[in-house]
Amino acid sequence: MKRLAIVRSLVLILTFTLVLAACGANSNSNSNSNKNGNKEAAATNNAGTASEAPTDKPKPPVELLNVSYDPTRELYENYNKAFAKYWKDTTGQEVTIKQSHAGSGAQARAVIDGLKADVVTLALGYDIDALVEPGLINADWQTKFEHNSAPYTSTIVFLVRKGNPKGINDWSDLVKDGVEVITPNPKTSGGARWNYLAAWGYALKQNNNDEAKAQEFVKELYKHVPVLDSGARGATTTFVEKGIGDVLLAWENEAYLSVKELGPDKFDIVYPSLSILAEPPVAVVDKVADDRGTREVAEGYLKYLYSDEGQEIAAQNYYRPINETIAAKYKDQFKDLELITIDDFGGWKTAQEKHFNDGGIFDKIYTPGS
Amino acid sequence: MAGAVTAHLSQEASKRPKHITESAGVKWLLISIALVFLGLAVVMPLVSVFIEAFKKGFDVYRAAITDPDALSALRLTLFVALIAVPLNAVFGIAAAWAISKFRFKGKNLLITLIDLPFAVSPVISGMIYILLFGAQGFFGPWLDKHDIQIVFALPGIVLATVFVTVPFVARELIPLMQAQGVQEEEAAASLGAKGWQIFWRITLPNIKWGLLYGIILSNARAMGEFGAVSVVSGHIRGETNTLPLHIEILYNEYQFSASFAVASLLVMLAVLTLIVKALFEWKTNQRSSHEILD
Repeated sequence: MKRLAIVRSLVLILTFTLVLAACGANSNSNSNSNKNGNKEAAATNNAGTASEAPTDKPKPPVELLNVSYDPTRELYENYNKAFAKYWKDTTGQEVTIKQSHAGSGAQARAVIDGLKADVVTLALGYDIDALVEPGLINADWQTKFEHNSAPYTSTIVFLVRKGNPKGINDWSDLVKDGVEVITPNPKTSGGARWNYLAAWGYALKQNNNDEAKAQEFVKELYKHVPVLDSGARGATTTFVEKGIGDVLLAWENEAYLSVKELGPDKFDIVYPSLSILAEPPVAVVDKVADDRGTREVAEGYLKYLYSDEGQEIAAQNYYRPINETIAAKYKDQFKDLELITIDDFGGWKTAQEKHFNDGGIFDKIYTPGS
Repeated sequence: MAGAVTAHLSQEASKRPKHITESAGVKWLLISIALVFLGLAVVMPLVSVFIEAFKKGFDVYRAAITDPDALSALRLTLFVALIAVPLNAVFGIAAAWAISKFRFKGKNLLITLIDLPFAVSPVISGMIYILLFGAQGFFGPWLDKHDIQIVFALPGIVLATVFVTVPFVARELIPLMQAQGVQEEEAAASLGAKGWQIFWRITLPNIKWGLLYGIILSNARAMGEFGAVSVVSGHIRGETNTLPLHIEILYNEYQFSASFAVASLLVMLAVLTLIVKALFEWKTNQRSSHEILD
């Protein structure tokens, strides 16, 4: 009976499909009961079936999307819990914060292309400036919060293999024979741009502000880079997991995190004689927050980063707090060193155009595979 | 039997007379080359996924796969495959039927278009949807005005997945249906069968193996796609991360065991698909051998 065979086979396919569907539906209800019912509403909204805007009623549960860069994963995981509790205690409103992480430049691009971020917490001001022109953020965003909207700072340090076998103590040691340096691509990574500028700043100082000599030094430095990853976290994985290279130029917080996660018996942190003060800024995405009616909670979210608890969490995740009292408490963790700032380069716009845009100095000094 | 046109060897076919077959040495050489190669290139890496997944014990494994974000990624992956695969099955049958049973202008163009997703990089497959439906894209302003979210949400992920999996079913069926020609359908029609009747009783039985392989391939790709989905996903945790994206996130967060645990989940989904396929083959085989005996 040929026909029966076909019918049975079809039934089998159908059953398989249904089983898959059932799995999906099951886990759906499971995880929704873990969190709150609000997620369900959000999910239907996202599916594009419901076209009405999220409601404006007072104090319904609310959802925020924080679009951030690579190394803040652990920081915001902890901070989001603390903020949700604080917000519930003070306003009675439930808030769920969703996170998205990738390279800083790539994230800015995604927000421009329509990723509905209520707040952005990126690696450098230039990436937030990029959101001004498409009308997503007001031009005066940097004045909205204290300290140029940078609630925590960081700097660039060296992570070396245990015992520092190659004797790397300062920038000049990076260009010694046989030293391999790991740093991501400044075209795509925010952290990599800080790395590059810190090296540039060091070379300028050593050579009495001779730009040609600085360029020479940085060119030599990138000759020691065997692979350019696209993001800071990728570069860290290359160094710590794949075991490539002798020194990783890293965010201070990335370096501490690697040591903590993978064991203090494997790596040492080296502070160079001079580094750069990195100020990763935060901003409310005005257009999205106004459209979704989340401005109040979005502003509260970023503001709370400046509170004592927010600053503590930043410090615990190896970001330098700007609050002096809390900074003093963690002063053993964050070594004092000479720090140049982005203003020494005339601000991000100038630095970006001179060094990192197409045809800039980085393009001239770096030839892949050389 | 009609089913013999497919690549599926029946028991009878493998029992050939001695004088027309290869020597035992050649036979065993070929078998061992195939086994060693598969062992090194396929089995070993897959086993290492499981070893790595259980390295820190069963508790870590369980925690990783019951994490709400992992469950949400699993749910999303299955849901996307559930939309993309049937859609491609229907489209694949329709396209293969049109191409192999009818003559029309632009046939070659249609074949080339079906192949296109194979030819372009998955990253580009994602980018085209950003260019079309992104906020700065072609339909961006209109979508924004009507508050419809396509990219960085479920519809975008489904679209990107459908795009990269389009060729699988059609590509399996076209050569098969071309080889079979239209004689059987013509015979059925001349005996008075109607359109659907011909499809269910003649065409579908003839193509069922090709169709099944097509569906399995497209399902595997739909669940495993990384590049295209990564571009349109927006990486929102617990919402727009599929299993492959979630694996990368865990790996980058120093949770190596957890990332391999979730990877093993993806492997198990693939194995499940293959088991369903094997069951299906076995059932049908059993039945057709009965028919031969009858």
